[in-house]
Amino acid sequence: MNIVVLVKQVPDTTEIKLDPKTGTLIREGVASVINPDDRLALETALRLKEAHGAVVTVLSMGPPQAIDAVSEAYAMGADRGVLLCDPNFAGADTRATSFTLGRAIERLGREEPVELVLAGRQAIDGDTAQIGPQVAEHLGWPQVTYVQELRLEDGGRLRAWRRLPEGVEEVVCPLPAVATVLEVPGEVRWPLVDRLLAACEDEAPLAVWDAAALGVKAREVGLKGSPTQVRETFSPKGERHTQWLEGSPAEQAAALLAALRGHKLL
Amino acid sequence: MAVWIIEENCTGCGLCARACPYGAIEMEDKLAHITGRCIECGACLAACRFEALASDLEEEPLPDLSRYRGVWVFAEVSGGSPAPVVRELLGEGARLARALDQELAAVLLGHQVEPLVEELAAWGAQRVYLADHPHLARYSTLAYTRVLAELIRRQAPAVLLMGATPLGRDLAPRLSRRLELGLTADCTQLSIDPETGNLLQTRPAFGGNVMATIYTPRVRPQMATVRPGVMAPAPRREGAHAEVVPVEVKPSPQDLVVELVSFTPTPRRGVDITQAKVIVAGGRGCRGREGFSLLEELAALLGAELAGTRVAVEEGWVAPERQVGQTGLTVRPELYLACGISGAIQHRAGILGARYIVAVNRDRRAPIFSVADYAIVGDLFQVVPALIQGLEEGS
Repeated sequence: MNIVVLVKQVPDTTEIKLDPKTGTLIREGVASVINPDDRLALETALRLKEAHGAVVTVLSMGPPQAIDAVSEAYAMGADRGVLLCDPNFAGADTRATSFTLGRAIERLGREEPVELVLAGRQAIDGDTAQIGPQVAEHLGWPQVTYVQELRLEDGGRLRAWRRLPEGVEEVVCPLPAVATVLEVPGEVRWPLVDRLLAACEDEAPLAVWDAAALGVKAREVGLKGSPTQVRETFSPKGERHTQWLEGSPAEQAAALLAALRGHKLL
Repeated sequence: MAVWIIEENCTGCGLCARACPYGAIEMEDKLAHITGRCIECGACLAACRFEALASDLEEEPLPDLSRYRGVWVFAEVSGGSPAPVVRELLGEGARLARALDQELAAVLLGHQVEPLVEELAAWGAQRVYLADHPHLARYSTLAYTRVLAELIRRQAPAVLLMGATPLGRDLAPRLSRRLELGLTADCTQLSIDPETGNLLQTRPAFGGNVMATIYTPRVRPQMATVRPGVMAPAPRREGAHAEVVPVEVKPSPQDLVVELVSFTPTPRRGVDITQAKVIVAGGRGCRGREGFSLLEELAALLGAELAGTRVAVEEGWVAPERQVGQTGLTVRPELYLACGISGAIQHRAGILGARYIVAVNRDRRAPIFSVADYAIVGDLFQVVPALIQGLEEGS
């Protein structure tokens, strides 16, 4: 069977710091990583491959350096990787992104039918959790979100356990389908050094597809294909005026309690 | 084809072919030819020196969006009643509807849910679209998407709000893509641009480090999911009336292909910190259970709930249902007292709605101070006992 795993390269937000003067993100020197939830999706795919035999294709859209994420996914055990990279893809919102990814999955499917698309629940930079369901809609396949465990069954079905706040739902769903993953039982594997070297030395089956390779028009993708637009970005800082309470611990405590009484919080 | 060659002007110089990023222009008989690889990006247009390339690539004029009217709220049902976020959406929706001078409506899907209409009316819905059908008894992505998509196509609302709940975040993207709409996830602030009537949708990104205001100028309805617990709930007006509009449901068996096999409820949580008015929270700086028992003492005096960061939960210092932050819960207490919490963005994302934030930390540069109203640089093992003493003396 053929499994496509969607991965996004994101800044490692555990390392993100704010510029104390401007309150904006300091991006320089911040490492890029595979989005954590996408790593779980890839692990899920690789376990299905080990259990049932499958060809795992990792698919990403991003700037040229996103090939690093695809390479790392290859090093973890994906059979091949495709990066969708084109200046026209830039500035895409989730509609345009899911359209572009959807067209790439359709192209992969013309070579060999794709039975399962796995993605992380959400990316740590945007936190939208929209790409999985939107790709499912593009393909016209059912979706299973918030998956903590997934198995394949005879008869072309998957069985998944969905973690929701009220409890865990066990569902079965016919293939082809899209599933978004938020957890895997046990640990996620590390990349293998020899495969990483192969990817870096252009010896791995990694491809880069541009807009023409997908047969998409400029107006359908990127900023032009995005119904939503960013009007402004700003730092949430500044809404609060921090008062620094100085002195000994007893003085600090007294000042705080006085302030809280002033706000009628005590 | 949006780009074409004007053959009488073409000299066959090949400049356009070299400018094309897609290799989509071929030279044949000293004339340029545009092939099927063309994506209409327009890069060739600037390259031609002989006015031999033309295109109809222009900024399209804004479509007439005036027929889209009304602010809609998706009335998610949870455990037989409207989810708490629905009341918040109606409160916010009423404000937007007033700004637009349009109607506020709720959309209710389910089976035998008509009794909930009264509740939605009391919270300000002037109209309730009611889709009642056995197929809708349990939430199903595909069945709900079909009903909503057909209803939206027919009724053409200007705005559609949903809760950024697990259900809302499963349904909204599916629906928005079916209708090729824009969708802004997890908004914490909404307003109407008085000039254009556009919905301005503000949301945190990078775990709350950056706020972005998004709008959808060319497409209606404008769809947004709204983070639960952020907007003020609608006031309750007993006996308010809403017009009920029954929605015809034409179910399709393909919509029910995802079968529910079993459901294992999570053991009921003892506490719900999202409702707490005062929260005392601890992080890595508490260094262990002893630190937390100190916080517990303080919490008892303040009538507060205890909470913790992801680290504190992973270390077992505090129960998982008390985790605040991106992977935990979003809280909006009157007072949030953060002790020994450095304030990773994932944690700060969960406390932005707090009215007052107090931070106690030894490191003056800790990011938690950037969101604090009151900052105490100091050792919590000295400051917290001083607070406890002060409270005991004061009472």
